[in-house]
Amino acid sequence: MVENRSFGDVLAYAILSLAVLIIAFPVWLAFVASTHEAATVMNGNMPLTPGGHLWENYTRVLTSGTTQSSEPVGRMLTNSLISAVGIAVGKIFISILSAYAVVYFRFPFRKTAFWIIFMTLMLPVEVRIYPTYKVVADLKLLDTYTGIILPLIASATGTLLFRQFFMTVPDELLEASKIDGAGPFRFFKDTLLPLSTTTIAALFVIQFIYGWNQYLWPLLITTQDSMQTVVIGIRKMLTSTDTKAEWQLAMATAVLAMLPPVAIVVFMQRLFVRGLVETEK
Amino acid sequence: MANVNLTDVKKVYAGGVEAIKGVSLSIGDGEFCVLVGPSGCGKSTLLRMIAGLETTTAGKIDIGGQVVNEIEPAKRDIAMVFQNYALYPHMSVYNNMAYGLRNRGMSEAEIKTRVGEAAQILEIGSFLDRKPRQLSGGQRQRVAMGRAIVRHPKVFLFDEPLSNLDAKLRIAMRVEIRKLQRRLKTTSIYVTHDQLEAMTLADILVVMNGGRVEQIGKPIELYRKPLTTFVASFIGAPPMNLFPVERVAKAGLNGLPGNAGIVGVRPEDLVLGVGSANSGGLGLDLTVDAIERIGAETFVYGSNGDTGEVMVRVPGDDAPALGATVHAAAVRGKLHVFTGDGRTRIEL
Repeated sequence: MVENRSFGDVLAYAILSLAVLIIAFPVWLAFVASTHEAATVMNGNMPLTPGGHLWENYTRVLTSGTTQSSEPVGRMLTNSLISAVGIAVGKIFISILSAYAVVYFRFPFRKTAFWIIFMTLMLPVEVRIYPTYKVVADLKLLDTYTGIILPLIASATGTLLFRQFFMTVPDELLEASKIDGAGPFRFFKDTLLPLSTTTIAALFVIQFIYGWNQYLWPLLITTQDSMQTVVIGIRKMLTSTDTKAEWQLAMATAVLAMLPPVAIVVFMQRLFVRGLVETEK
Repeated sequence: MANVNLTDVKKVYAGGVEAIKGVSLSIGDGEFCVLVGPSGCGKSTLLRMIAGLETTTAGKIDIGGQVVNEIEPAKRDIAMVFQNYALYPHMSVYNNMAYGLRNRGMSEAEIKTRVGEAAQILEIGSFLDRKPRQLSGGQRQRVAMGRAIVRHPKVFLFDEPLSNLDAKLRIAMRVEIRKLQRRLKTTSIYVTHDQLEAMTLADILVVMNGGRVEQIGKPIELYRKPLTTFVASFIGAPPMNLFPVERVAKAGLNGLPGNAGIVGVRPEDLVLGVGSANSGGLGLDLTVDAIERIGAETFVYGSNGDTGEVMVRVPGDDAPALGATVHAAAVRGKLHVFTGDGRTRIEL
C-alpha cells in the first residue's frame, strides 16, 4: 500500500516535471537568446546556454530602444504598467460598486440592470471597436492613458464575481450593521470591503494580466511611439522590411515584459492566501 | 429602561401573505418577555418589526413612550442578539463591541470603559484581541451579548440566541442570560421555539400560533390554565394528552358542561394503579405499549381502543411490564376541558 502510493507520487511528479519543462523551455530559450549577439541568434544554431552579452542587450533596450522602435523599453514598460494598473483598479472600482447596488439596493429595474451588465459579456472590445474608437477620438482621448484605460474598465466578469460573493455574506451582518448605526456607505466600507479582500486580490491579478496583455486596443489608439505599450513594442521590433530583426533585443524586451505579471502573481498570491486564511464569512 | 407596547400590530408581505394578524402586547419596564411558538408562527417577524428590520403594515409599536414605526433601527435604542451571532468576522472582539459605539460618535475613552465593563460581566476579557473565528460557539455567543450590552439600550432583543449551541452549553447560557437580565434590569424580548427555554426565562410568556397570540401570561399560569388546546399541547414537556370527550365517556368522567368537546390531562397528573375512587375524575384502563426510562422519571405509553395513545409520567424508574394492563387515573381538578374547536377553555 505504502509502496503503491510512493510509486503514484513518483509518477505524478514525473508528469508534472515534464509539463514544467515543456512550458518553461520557450521561456528559457527567450532568455538565452537575449544574452547573445545578433549574429549568434540569427545563424540558425542557437546555443542552449546563456552567452556573454546580457548586460549589453538589456541596457540597450532599456535606455535607447532598437533600430525599428526608437523608444526605450523603459518608457514602454511604464506605459504598460500605467494602463494595466489603471484597467485593473478601474474595473475593480466599477464592478464592486455596481455589484453592491445590484445586490443590496431595491430599485426599479434592478434585475434588468443586472442582465444588461451581464449581456455585455458577449460584447468584447473587438466587437464594439469601431464605435468605441469613434467615441474616444471625438473626446480627443487618442494617445492618452485615459483613452487606453477607460473603454476597457467596464467589466461584467468583475460585477458577476462580486455579486456572487456578496450573496454569500449573511444578511444578519447587514442587519447588525443597521442596528449598530452604520448607513449604506459605512456598511460597504467597514464590513463588505474588508470581507472582499480575497476577491479583490483575485480580480486584480486577473485584470492586471488582462490589461498588460492588451494588444489591439492600444495599437489602434496610440500613434506616437512615446505612448506605446511593451506588447506593441515587441511586435514592432520584429516587423522590419529592410533590416534584419534584432531578435536578441526583442527577446530581452520579452523577458522584461514578462517580469511585472510574474511579480504581481507572486506578490498577490501571498495576499490571496492570507485573505483566505484570515477571513471567514 | 422602557416599556414596550404593541397595539394591534400587523404585517402583510408584498405577495399578500399575512404574517402577523394583529398582535397587542404590553411589556413593563425591566420585564423579560419570551415569544414562543412553532416555526412559521411569526415570532421572529414580530421581533424584527420591533427592531425595525421589517416594516410594520398596521398598528403601533411604542418603545419607552415613543412610537417607533417610522424610526430606523439604529435610532430605536435597541440592541439585538442574532441566532448566528452576526459578528463582524474581520474585526477583533473589542472592535465588534466598539463598532456601534464609534458609529454613534462616542469617545474612545468612554468606549474602552464600556467594553471593559461588558467584558468583565461576560468574562471575555482575555480574548478581546481575537477574531470571532478563533472563538468557540459559546464564546461567540458571549461576544454577541457583549455587543448588545455595551450599548446600554432601552430594550434587548434576542432572536433564538441559543439554538446554535450544544445542549449542555445551552442550559448554562440560559441561566446566565437570566442572571444578566436580572442584573441589568433591561427590558428584554426573547424569541425561541424551545418551550423549556421559554418557561425558564420568561416573566411574561407569549405563545404565538399562525401570526396570532394564543395566550399571554406568567409561564406557570400558562402551564396550569392553558386557554386553548394549542397552548396546552405546546407548553409542558412531554405534551398534554388530549381526548375528544366522547372517547373518554366510559372513563368515569361525568358532569361535564354541555359544550365540552376536548378533555386534556398532563402525563404527570395521571397516576398508575389507583382506582378512580375520586368522583368525576378520569380513569383509564390501558395496555402498556412502550416504556422510556430516563432515570429520574419514566414515560409509559399506553392505549386502549377508545383513547388512542396516552402518555403517563411516572417518577423514578419503576414501570409496569410491556403488554400489561394498568389503570391510570387523574383527579377532576387536574383535568383541562376545552370546547370542541379547542379555542376556549371551560372551567370545571
